Amino acid sequence: MDFPILTYMTFIPLLGMIVVMFTRKESVQLIRWESAFFSFIPLVLSIVMLAKYNGSVPDFQFIEQHEWIPSIGISYFMGADGISVPMLFLTALLSFVSIVASFNIQERVKEYFAFFLLLETGMMGVFCALDFFLFYVFWEVMLVPMYFLIGVWGGPRKEYAAIKFFLYTLFGSVFMLVGILVLYFAVEPHTLNMLTLIEYNSTYTHAFQIVLFPLFFIAFAIKVPMWPFHTWLPDAHVEAPTAVSVILAGILLKMGLYGLLRIGYPMFPEAAVYYAIPIGVIAVIGIVYGALVSMAQKDLKKLVAYSSVSHMGFCVLGLAALSVTGFAGCVFQMFSHGCLTGAMFLLVGILYDRAHTREIAAFGGLGVKLPLYTGIFTLFAMGSLGLPGLSGFVSEFMIFIGAFGSSFVPTWMVVLAVLGVVLTAGYILRMVQRIFLGPFNTKWEGLTEINGREIFTLVPLGILTILVGVYPKPLVDIISATLENLIRVMGM
Amino acid sequence: MLPYSWLIPALPLLSFVLIVFFLIRSNKASSYTSIAAILGSLALSVAVLAEVLGNPQPQEFAINWIFMESFKLPMVMYIDPLTAVMVVMVSLVASLIQIYSLGYMHGDPRFARYYAYMSLFAFSMLGLVVAGSFFTMFIFWELVGLTSYLLIGFWFEKKIASDAGKKAFITTKIGDFGFLIGLLVMFFAAGTLNMAEIFDKVHHHEIALGTITAAGLLMFCGAIGKSAQFPLHVWLPDAMEGPTPVSALIHAATMVAAGVYLTARLMPLVITSHTMAMVVAIIGAFTALMAASIGLVQNDIKRVLAYSTISQLGYMILALGMGGYTAGTFHLMTHACFKALLFLGAGSVIHAVHTNDIQEMGGLGRKMKTTAATFFIASFSIAGIFPLSGFWSKDEIFAVAWEGGHYILLVVAVLAAFMTAFYMFRLCFMVFTGKPRDQEKYDHARESPKNMTIPLVILAFLSITVGWVGIPWLKHGYGSFVFFEHPHHVAPNYILMVISTIVALSGIYLAYLMYYKGSISPVKMAERFKRIYRVLFNKYYFDELYMATIIEPTYRLTEKLYKFDLGVIDWLVNFFGDFTVFLSWIQERFDTYVVDGAVNGLGYTIRAFGGGLRRIQTGQLQNYAFVIFLGLVVFILLRFL
Repeated sequence: MDFPILTYMTFIPLLGMIVVMFTRKESVQLIRWESAFFSFIPLVLSIVMLAKYNGSVPDFQFIEQHEWIPSIGISYFMGADGISVPMLFLTALLSFVSIVASFNIQERVKEYFAFFLLLETGMMGVFCALDFFLFYVFWEVMLVPMYFLIGVWGGPRKEYAAIKFFLYTLFGSVFMLVGILVLYFAVEPHTLNMLTLIEYNSTYTHAFQIVLFPLFFIAFAIKVPMWPFHTWLPDAHVEAPTAVSVILAGILLKMGLYGLLRIGYPMFPEAAVYYAIPIGVIAVIGIVYGALVSMAQKDLKKLVAYSSVSHMGFCVLGLAALSVTGFAGCVFQMFSHGCLTGAMFLLVGILYDRAHTREIAAFGGLGVKLPLYTGIFTLFAMGSLGLPGLSGFVSEFMIFIGAFGSSFVPTWMVVLAVLGVVLTAGYILRMVQRIFLGPFNTKWEGLTEINGREIFTLVPLGILTILVGVYPKPLVDIISATLENLIRVMGM
Repeated sequence: MLPYSWLIPALPLLSFVLIVFFLIRSNKASSYTSIAAILGSLALSVAVLAEVLGNPQPQEFAINWIFMESFKLPMVMYIDPLTAVMVVMVSLVASLIQIYSLGYMHGDPRFARYYAYMSLFAFSMLGLVVAGSFFTMFIFWELVGLTSYLLIGFWFEKKIASDAGKKAFITTKIGDFGFLIGLLVMFFAAGTLNMAEIFDKVHHHEIALGTITAAGLLMFCGAIGKSAQFPLHVWLPDAMEGPTPVSALIHAATMVAAGVYLTARLMPLVITSHTMAMVVAIIGAFTALMAASIGLVQNDIKRVLAYSTISQLGYMILALGMGGYTAGTFHLMTHACFKALLFLGAGSVIHAVHTNDIQEMGGLGRKMKTTAATFFIASFSIAGIFPLSGFWSKDEIFAVAWEGGHYILLVVAVLAAFMTAFYMFRLCFMVFTGKPRDQEKYDHARESPKNMTIPLVILAFLSITVGWVGIPWLKHGYGSFVFFEHPHHVAPNYILMVISTIVALSGIYLAYLMYYKGSISPVKMAERFKRIYRVLFNKYYFDELYMATIIEPTYRLTEKLYKFDLGVIDWLVNFFGDFTVFLSWIQERFDTYVVDGAVNGLGYTIRAFGGGLRRIQTGQLQNYAFVIFLGLVVFILLRFL
């Protein structure tokens, strides 16, 4: 029996949560270090996993399967492939980074970190689970800590934002639950094993797929979020504390796309083809609309939030292309966006901690006062606008290639998506200019430069962004066999 | 040596990394590292050139970059004579300008950072010219855009400078929008983005003509943006807000020529598609004329030079559109020398008088002899005076037009040449001769230090001699080395040479009359042609036009969309939520008054009944005895009746 690495990665944070709960709430420093420790172990394990993962075969690896509730076909079934491995690594990394970035939380420290560790368990579980029941459990487990993290430690309108996030996501999940139940009863013998359900995909009738796919699609589209289901996102981000925004944008948004790649597309390939045009339309609207609305934002965090809508649109376009290149671009973009936007939210938080405002117009000329912060910010901003040499460019280019060569996506959509890149340059540069360039606003004379702990949280993200942008081969090697296989499974 | 050509861009990259991470606090170490790196690149470039001169066969080197079963994208390096000439030219000009910057940027608080950016630029630009696939080129293409942005906005405290940087980035990005789509079209038409392979496929007619035209023109959009051609030329004059050596290196000699270089690399497509050739040539010719005409009336020394650059780039594009591969790239090379010199000369002047406005200069030749002399040499060269470099390259372009029978384009080019001679000598006379217009500035002016004047002298030497490699009587040295498919020697055309010389001299003479002798008053001329003057002075109102038709409407659209997002989409979400709350309120009422009401109603009924019954239970024995008695009577009656 192999070392059950996925189980350890998933449940060590839960163990950490228990440890934190048994720590006296006054020993704040201890709680912080415990949390960092219990999120650091999964990070180490995820690096081991990256090293051991064999990218040349498309099979699931690190598989663990145990009977759980055999009478209704539920098992504890975990495994990872080329889609989940990068996501698991990203989850481990961003969780650790976010926990370190949360060291300045002063209020109810114990509860905060307990919820945070529980959140990590939920996220890891979603990316590992290969059984529908297990998947759904993790999917819902994530919601609870997220709800409290926004609702308790958030900004002025935190209750509204938290409830909106919770109910909106739950609303989507209900559709998925219905879908899961229908699938369960439609297949003989009844099973909730996702891989078995995928194997049977050729037995699902066209009509069955057309009806069932939207149930999953809505659940995932809300999570991504795709236009027009996106309005919970700016509210949630603006109210959420920094580290929670990082996780929200870096990991939670990816789950919708992950769900489509893991469940929606392979189980219902005919529906994927059938709905390719509408999905493409949603994607392109998201790209252009998100970029334009970003440009109108006065609040820095809201701007970054809307930019996520635009960036996720690229992912969706890659999916709609239904080709290996498009899918690969999507996975690349998921990974890249996780690093870039995670870093952007950290940076926004760093500035907010000092200035107590996020109003873009209030700043100006900070480049003089904070050269280091400005440099780091500019690096990630350039990544977001798709500068070659950084990760965003690779993913966008692959998505364009995938979509342009796809018979499912019309050319005009790609043209509009490329236009989105120009608009992105517009709002990013405008933001950089209004905050960092121009005459120095002397009101900010007292601002202090980014500190060591903050740099520590940003460095790994910066390295990954550059590494993937300059030399995408390692990531390509991990994902390509799985995606080639996915396309085969879909019968494309 | 050739397989190691990647070292040419790699050295400046190394310098950039070293400066950013280790040397940023030391001005001296940063600048010397950067200069050492670029000199190393220069040495390697010369070695490459020597090797290619010996064996001009193009060589391709590729490494896997993205490699999947169904999609492969390599990084490609391609060395041919044009590459070899370009690397030498770029690294040479960059070296000189970096040395010059030691003096010019002396005392700047961000001196080290300046050299970091310069190194990053050198890396990107050299990468661009050694790139062997359009994709690889695109990567470096965007990176030079970034360095251009950073360096234009180098003095970012000035709002105008940061605006200019942003404008440059976004305007060129609009061109790149076409470039990127062109790449996609080409990738799916040819199955590759490698230049050599595309060339091969075009050559063997494996790609449909319509596709070639479409892909070619789309990619050419990138050149329009980068080389500041109409209608995307508006960014380059504003880019003059950057430090002057930057203007010289990036916005005159090298980066802006990248569009020309790209067009040269697209030559197979230009040759094949007549439509594309025509569009390219017309855009080039129109730009050459339009920009030259604006240059006639501007008063900012750097802006005059900027319009001059746009105009000269138009020349090169025009040449390439007419199929003049050799002529276009030859002019690119000579232009790099004299235009870099002009900018550095202007920088030397600005350094001395601290103004860009030529109306505040005058008579500086007496104080700045080296600067003045070299500036005049460059002006003669760009005006096309025999036997300086500019003469040979410009003449080559005229000859191509003549030979191809493009007489209208030839007339346009000659007209632009006249204007060029005029505005250049307008500058020369106003800056260096006559009486000082601002005595105080004149008094403080002095010649620039050696590390600034020596590069001027070297460039002056090059501005005279570089063109000699293309002298038609000397075996067409350049044309026999850098050519497309077959060396194509345009026969020396004496009529054209005479015409072009007369045109240049008359432009100079007119400037002499107006700005030296003063026998024709510029003010009166401006009065007389008031309308034309206003249009030229305001640069044909392009900025205003774009502001009104593109930028403002976009901003208004973003505001409207945001309102829509809040007022419609989010409103619907909230409405849905509120409606649910409303429903639950109704349900609650229903529950209270109907469901619960029914339950309570039953209770009430029973209680009311019970209440009625309770009355009977009085507790008095007499009452009970009476009821019992009554019951007994009723019982007996029922029993016996």
